[in-house]
Amino acid sequence: MATIALPQTEVKQPGRLTLLLRYLRRNPGLLVGLLMLLGLVAFTVIGLLTVNTAQAYPLQVRVRQPPSWQYPFGTDFFGRNLLAAMVVGMWQTALIGVLAGAGGTLIGVILGFISAYFGGWLDAVIKGVCSILTPIPALLIQVVIASSLDKRDVTIYTMAWIVVMLAWMGPTLVVRSQVLTMKERQFVAVARLSGMSDLGIIFKEILPNLLPFIAAAFVGQVFAAVFASFYLAVLGLGPLREPLLGNIIWAAQGQGAFFNGWWWWPIAPAVAMILILGSLALINMGLDELANPRVRRSE
Amino acid sequence: MSLRIILKRIGFLVLVVWAAATITFFIPRISPRNPIRERMAELARTGGFSGQGMEEVIASYSARFGLDKPLLQQYVDYMSGVARLDFGVSLNKFPKTTVELIAEALPWSLGLMLATTVIAFVLGMLLGAVAAWPRAPSWLRSFATPFVLFMGVPPVLMGVLLLFFVAFRLKWLPLGGAYSIGTVPEFSLGFILDLARHQILPATALILGSVGAWVLSMRGMGITIQGEDYVNFAEHKGLNGFTIFRDYYLRNALLPQVTGLVLALGTVVPSAIVTEQIFGLPGIGSVLNDAIRANDFTVIYGIVLFITIAVAVMMVLLEFLYPLLDPRIRQEA
Repeated sequence: MATIALPQTEVKQPGRLTLLLRYLRRNPGLLVGLLMLLGLVAFTVIGLLTVNTAQAYPLQVRVRQPPSWQYPFGTDFFGRNLLAAMVVGMWQTALIGVLAGAGGTLIGVILGFISAYFGGWLDAVIKGVCSILTPIPALLIQVVIASSLDKRDVTIYTMAWIVVMLAWMGPTLVVRSQVLTMKERQFVAVARLSGMSDLGIIFKEILPNLLPFIAAAFVGQVFAAVFASFYLAVLGLGPLREPLLGNIIWAAQGQGAFFNGWWWWPIAPAVAMILILGSLALINMGLDELANPRVRRSE
Repeated sequence: MSLRIILKRIGFLVLVVWAAATITFFIPRISPRNPIRERMAELARTGGFSGQGMEEVIASYSARFGLDKPLLQQYVDYMSGVARLDFGVSLNKFPKTTVELIAEALPWSLGLMLATTVIAFVLGMLLGAVAAWPRAPSWLRSFATPFVLFMGVPPVLMGVLLLFFVAFRLKWLPLGGAYSIGTVPEFSLGFILDLARHQILPATALILGSVGAWVLSMRGMGITIQGEDYVNFAEHKGLNGFTIFRDYYLRNALLPQVTGLVLALGTVVPSAIVTEQIFGLPGIGSVLNDAIRANDFTVIYGIVLFITIAVAVMMVLLEFLYPLLDPRIRQEA
């Protein structure tokens, strides 16, 4: 019997980085979103290091200067250097987004797990509260909360809290439905039969499998939080002293910037906000694809 | 649809309104702010009268608004007010009531919102269906792409950009307001044209902001439907392209799309309100903005409750349309 000599070629497994880059090539939306976000972060970090951030507050520079070499984005009616205001505003927007996004996701994950894993009346209560609160436009309740606070008490952190209070229903329902399907899988049954505790199953078996979903939910929450805080600020409910992007648009609109020909005043924060929301939306869609293998594009 | 389902939906509606009313009742009462005291302090500051006897004035106003009663009694009064759509008197524009202020502004907001939602919905469905349709020419299919890109831009920001490019730079359209300054509202062709000119930019901002979502969902639906046997069958039967497009694509996608519309209402309405405020239209958004600037709490809470109720009612009404759209639901009943 003749033996066939198989050529022993070594199968080279590509490294993690190459796999990631290959995946990004298939998912251009995610790539573009990440690059945009990277650019925004670079702008903010370099800005925080080089620009005089004190000029982001009123009465620091000459008022109503159109864009020039000295003031690339111009200055506003109150004597703010809009370049400095953009840098500080982006940093604060990022802070609110990440804080509120993390808070909403954390509450959502905890409630979703409790609801789906333990079931019973707890599940009924949590699901009931979620489904009653979901049709109520969150922005409006946030308007009520923000307007009942003393204006001096409104800071970047209270903004984040206001947003968190009504932003946990989405992640709760997503995590709940995922845990419900995960709970019925065989590896969970095996773990339970082998005597693992509830907490052990949750943290060692289910949670790691849910990480892509939680990551996607987190980005979605950051997007929603940036959006919500922006709308509140545009309505004049933000911390009025801070150069939040929405605040600047609110102030520009209140002073009739376009009527008076100060076009650069609302344009800079509007473009910045579009870039932020656009990059987050692209990353969100890209992560959805990553988390949901059914729509994942094959190589 | 059976009576039981209708009753169930209405029961849910009542629950949602009750929850919203409870939130707007309790949050201000937990808050450290006292609207009447703030209002009086402001009057004292601007009107120049001394603070003497202010406590008595505040106490008498509190009694007038029923704020001295026990909390439970206040809650019952408040709820019965909400049930009668009575949101109290404006603190800033006294003696106008909140409902009067809303009623004055409502036609502006309602007209804009209805028109833009319908246009965006129809446009998005057509563009999405065409984008998914293999027999459509490629230039027609690529028509949908820019709308999908605009989806990430909230209407407020789109409004700022439109104001800059179209109204400020090109001077094609007015910078804001509902009609030209100096004209008097009247029922003439000239005034109506002027009115329409002022609505173009806000409407465009709102439409561009929402078409993309309809395009995407419709296109997804179209792609799923393509693989179905009944479409294959219809094609082999020799039905012409337009009939298949209308009766097999659009018809089947209608129900999920209307469901999407129901879910979108909660975000569409608030964003329309913020947008109309940017354009200085005299709608609900401007009333809300004025109220926030003047610390007019009853109006703020009244508007919030009113919109919540309106959104919830619209959602339930749209759900009642389901049996008209889908014969399968009709048969189950």
